[in-house]
Amino acid sequence: METAIPIALVANKGDTAWMMVSTVLVILMTIPGLALFYGGLVRAKNMLSVLMQVFTIFSLICVLWAVYGYSVAFTAGSPFFGSLDKLFLGGITVDSVAATFSKGVVIPELVFVVFQATFAAITTALIVGAFAERIKFSAVLLFSVIWFTLSYLPMAHMVWYWDGPDVVTDAASATKMLAAAGFLYAKGALDFAGGTVVHINAAVAGLIGAFLVGKRVGLGREQMTPHSLTLTMVGASLLWVGWFGFNAGSNLEATGTAALAMANTLFATAAAAVSWMMAEWLLKGKPSMLGAASGAVSGLVAITPACGFVGPMGAIIIGLLAGAICLWGVNGLKRMLGADDALDVFGVHGVGGILGSVLTGVFASPALGGTGVYDYVANKVGEYDMGAQIVSQLWGVGTVIVWSGVVSFVAFKLVDVLIGLRVAEDEEREGLDITAHGESAYHY
Amino acid sequence: MKFVTAIIKPFKLDEVREALAAVGVQGITVTEVKGFGRQKGHTELYRGAEYVVDFLPKVKIEAAIKSELLDQTIEAIEKAASTGKIGDGKIFVFDIEQVIRIRTGETGTDAL
Repeated sequence: METAIPIALVANKGDTAWMMVSTVLVILMTIPGLALFYGGLVRAKNMLSVLMQVFTIFSLICVLWAVYGYSVAFTAGSPFFGSLDKLFLGGITVDSVAATFSKGVVIPELVFVVFQATFAAITTALIVGAFAERIKFSAVLLFSVIWFTLSYLPMAHMVWYWDGPDVVTDAASATKMLAAAGFLYAKGALDFAGGTVVHINAAVAGLIGAFLVGKRVGLGREQMTPHSLTLTMVGASLLWVGWFGFNAGSNLEATGTAALAMANTLFATAAAAVSWMMAEWLLKGKPSMLGAASGAVSGLVAITPACGFVGPMGAIIIGLLAGAICLWGVNGLKRMLGADDALDVFGVHGVGGILGSVLTGVFASPALGGTGVYDYVANKVGEYDMGAQIVSQLWGVGTVIVWSGVVSFVAFKLVDVLIGLRVAEDEEREGLDITAHGESAYHY
Repeated sequence: MKFVTAIIKPFKLDEVREALAAVGVQGITVTEVKGFGRQKGHTELYRGAEYVVDFLPKVKIEAAIKSELLDQTIEAIEKAASTGKIGDGKIFVFDIEQVIRIRTGETGTDAL
């Protein structure tokens, strides 16, 4: 009997260095990028509460990721959850490697662990914009732990978990790989960097939260103008810069596809900033800084699932659509929904995420300048069936909306019963900085 | 002695300061204030939300002067602060009962 001699795969130094840089860039997106983007949009009395929520969630989720998150998301198990085999990062050493998207190419598993940790952290932090300015700090933390465990981890597993390209050698092994992969991976849903796992997932949680936490005191009667659009612009720009790590880093290798993701992240975002600004100028009379910054973020969101699959012109079309449609998301749709989604988490991340996820199925087509889908059995790009791909994309969108919706509803209800969701009305009026954290953002 | 208070458009402050210095006003106090008059407020649009801003930012200038300087002072402020559009502001004039310079204890016009 012949025994296969295992060949120890050694990580490429360029890939490893790129993934370390990407990981740090994603950290920059959250702290301070997202924190400042959100912080500038609230009233001065709540500035620190938003910064604190983002900073603390980032820290808390990173710890939970090492304890059990990585294991549940990225080990073999059921189509919905991984196992506890790598609890406490057990068994992972400096010699452990993680698969990439190329056969025979690996990266150190610890780099993959920390890269993915930053994704879990920013996703959970994204939610807080929806119920900013009135939620209890302890409620944010408890909700975050429950939601991370029961919505983020299974969604990451469903979309991204597979045994890697090296296990696929023929049709039979491909079938076996799909059987062991996550639910949506097996459905063929494409999500390069997290349109479903990150953006729709967080946006649905935010929307449910905005409904269940309730409207801010004085909404529609009192001034709730952003206290510093300067900081919001700084935050949006840091998000943009960091997003190159998020999108191009999701390629896991420093290759041409990483370069494609980088180019798309630049072009789609620029197109969306221009598109939102122009639409606002035409419809509302003035082109605003907040509009341009919001447009850029909507473009970043929409290109996220598509960035490694579509061509640069596809990216520009996605961006142009995202800017204009997300402007509707924060106006017409917001009024229809009737929730006080304070910082428009759903209008930007939900609408942009759904749009980008569906359009990935359109513009991934090689006929429209996309890359198509790689066939690891034939070792070349396979035939592209746009109709079937869009159906797969809709499976992804539908699953995350239902899953995150149910988990979020139950989690908010549970937190409400256990510790309550909202601060007292007088505390809300005084501001969360003083009442929850005992400090003020500004002293003038 | 007269006490002159003027509410003006913020971007006119430098011109008013120069005009007052030119007519011999020795010192002024400036405060950033908010308020409304006939100009009323304006609307601001943030994404989907429209806000009516009732109180507009203005600058308040205060100066204590000798009575004989009053007409020139008023004229200087009027000229420098005027744009001809609504919202240029107002000037208020009061009598001063007493002025004391804290360092020397001088009083009256000597203290101005």
